[in-house]
Amino acid sequence: MSSTDRYIPDRLQSPLQRRLKSWETLLLAVAVAIFTFNAFASPYFLNAWNLSDATFNFTEKAMIAFAMALLIIAGEIDLSVASIVALASTAMGAAAQVGASPATLVMIGLTVGVICGAFNGLLVTAMGLPSIVVTIGTMSLFRGISYIVLGDTSYGGYPAGFKFFGQGYVWWVFSFELALFAVLAILFGVLLHLTNFGRAVYAVGNNPVAALFSGIRVNRVKFILFLLTGLMAGVASVCLTSRLGSTRPSIGFGMELEVVTMVVLGGVNILGGSGTIPGVVIAAFVMGLVTFGLGLLNVPGIVMSILIGALLIGVIALPRLWGMWRG
Amino acid sequence: MQPQPSAAAPVAILALDAVTKEFPGVRALSEVSLSLYPGQVTALIGENGAGKSTVVKVLTGIYQPDGGRILVDGRPVRFANAQAAAAQGITAIHQETVLFDELTVAENIFLGHAPRGRFGLIDTAAMIARSRDILTGIEAEIDPTTRLRDLSIASKHLVAIARALSVDARVVIMDEPTAALSHKEIHELYALVDKLKAQGKAILFISHKFDEIFRIADRYAVFRDGQFVGEGAMSDVTQGALVQMMVGRSVDQIFPARRHNPGKEVLKVVGYDHPTEFADINFSLRRGEILGFYGLIGAGRSEVMQALYGITKPSKGAVRIDGDVRIIRSPADAVAHGIVYVPEDRGRQGAITALPIYQNVTLPSLGRTSRHGFLRLAQEFALAREYTARLDLRAASLETAVGNLSGGNQQKVVIAKWLATQPRVIILDEPTKGIDIGSKAAVHEFMAELAAEGLAVIMVSSEIPEVLGMSDRVIVMREGRIVDELQGAALTPETLVRRAAGIGDME
Repeated sequence: MSSTDRYIPDRLQSPLQRRLKSWETLLLAVAVAIFTFNAFASPYFLNAWNLSDATFNFTEKAMIAFAMALLIIAGEIDLSVASIVALASTAMGAAAQVGASPATLVMIGLTVGVICGAFNGLLVTAMGLPSIVVTIGTMSLFRGISYIVLGDTSYGGYPAGFKFFGQGYVWWVFSFELALFAVLAILFGVLLHLTNFGRAVYAVGNNPVAALFSGIRVNRVKFILFLLTGLMAGVASVCLTSRLGSTRPSIGFGMELEVVTMVVLGGVNILGGSGTIPGVVIAAFVMGLVTFGLGLLNVPGIVMSILIGALLIGVIALPRLWGMWRG
Repeated sequence: MQPQPSAAAPVAILALDAVTKEFPGVRALSEVSLSLYPGQVTALIGENGAGKSTVVKVLTGIYQPDGGRILVDGRPVRFANAQAAAAQGITAIHQETVLFDELTVAENIFLGHAPRGRFGLIDTAAMIARSRDILTGIEAEIDPTTRLRDLSIASKHLVAIARALSVDARVVIMDEPTAALSHKEIHELYALVDKLKAQGKAILFISHKFDEIFRIADRYAVFRDGQFVGEGAMSDVTQGALVQMMVGRSVDQIFPARRHNPGKEVLKVVGYDHPTEFADINFSLRRGEILGFYGLIGAGRSEVMQALYGITKPSKGAVRIDGDVRIIRSPADAVAHGIVYVPEDRGRQGAITALPIYQNVTLPSLGRTSRHGFLRLAQEFALAREYTARLDLRAASLETAVGNLSGGNQQKVVIAKWLATQPRVIILDEPTKGIDIGSKAAVHEFMAELAAEGLAVIMVSSEIPEVLGMSDRVIVMREGRIVDELQGAALTPETLVRRAAGIGDME
């Protein structure tokens, strides 16, 4: 080793300093502000059971959003997730009609999710097609199958044991869905931020060519991410189907946009390369709080989606406007 | 050939007088002079990096000189931009001309300066008619209304030439115009050049091919390392004298002293073929050896290396590492077998510029710094610290994004990344291209050190001093094939240039 007087410090600022200046901190402040506003605006807001109900506004979407965040950081996207939810739900409904057990239903839901994810992943990685086009196609394809199977009928009659996934409570006001959300948030956070795989996701999203030249199996990483996203859509489908207790082909319609909104609001760069799971977790709460608060104030759903859209654009444009104003 | 006494054309249409052009840390042109006369073809000759493309950019107004004068018809002018140069009738046909596949031939020819009719609308009829005139003028049988994408490569090239002529050119600059053409098309191009000459246009012809320079040029100008070396009439010069001027006598840079002491063979490439890029590549590499690959741009050197590294697939051939046949399907396979590659295009292929230094360095070594797939930052920083210190990297911190470093320091990060994998073979593709002198010396020093430690090094380089100064052995490639292997006394600048350009074995 050649001797050198020169010394390059590992870091110039501590991880804590960095965190304080981050997007996540800003978002957390927004969440607290909305929470406080809601608490003053409605007397029903600060009620443990009401707040618990409010979490159902985001838990299912957030489960998909965790996997979607990784996929978007890696430079790809999956717009077919809501249709995977529908197809998985349809498959579970069909199985329920012939008396499948809750465990079998869950297995079917997850398997359909994984198969759909693998299908997307194969088209993107093996054939080199752009994921936005592929998944717009499979978005129609997957839901189309549900429509063919169900038409304008619906599946019901799910076994009693199946109710737990969407309606059960683990402890006091904490639902199974909220607990699952928390566990998945930790799992995905660990996967993205603490493992070699997570590092590869960032590398691929920032520069797929240099990542390939650095010995990363870029297509394998992308395929796994599509698989994971499909799997999470399957998980969300189990929860949603269980909560609703029935399956229509329109189940989860438009969910993909809310999932992508959540991911982008969480600070994930839509062009890939950067973003964090804590950001997505906070964004999930922000969206849940806004929807719930507005619901308490009897704001109609269409106005709500307008406000969510305005929030997204506002939160993203604000730092840039701030920078422009300061020159 | 029509010998044209210079007395017949005493005033140059376009001339450079002691022009200097500097970039941060580099003097690309140092008081160079060049004269272009009507009805004459001047060949601009020089190695890669001699400053030829900078001259073209100064002549066409893309760069403004930092010193010296540009003369048009003997009067000093300033080209504020490319339009100002075009207004003086100076036009260039570049190696890779930007044309638009979805537009028609006529639209391509007149894009940006189409004839206007009433209300400022494009006068399509006039545009097509004038395109037809220009195309007929260069004997190109192309219908101006066809879409460009329906034409062959050669026809597209003719359209590019027509586009250059559409601005009423007095000076035509051709930058390696025959590089992408077939034998027959090249002869058509020569006929066209003769025609332009007869019309009294001044032509600057840049080429690496000596046979065509002697076929087509009336005069020559030789550049070396951004300096003007000499000029004169082609009839007064021999190939040998030109080569001599190109490579010069002195090698200014100082290279680390090395002892050629190769050990066991680590890599053997047998019968490597590729459908389009290269054929019949055989070579072997020993421990502690630096093997240079020299050739002109497009000779297939990088393509061979990228096939070896698993980026592209050769159609035939085998790679032996330590005597065992290894199949390399991806860079990940190559890295697993101890072969690493420092690409020429640092920003796109070498480094992930948005990520911090330490993450770039450890990316291929995460298997060693992590435990059970979990990152261990302390180990990562330790590894990054060790290898960046070895390369004498200059940076604010290891968390600095690589994109914020200078080119030389970025290259050090890429090299550090690969050394941290403890490879057996390192391939460096133009390792010092575009980096400052100080970093260059550091990279050279380091290559020597690596070889001394027993690493096998392949260095692809187009810089003759570097090839001569660093290599134990040099393989010369031309048009996708290995044409020679040189070492010891046979390894001279003249032989390198001759073999790479194919002088001495032409039919």
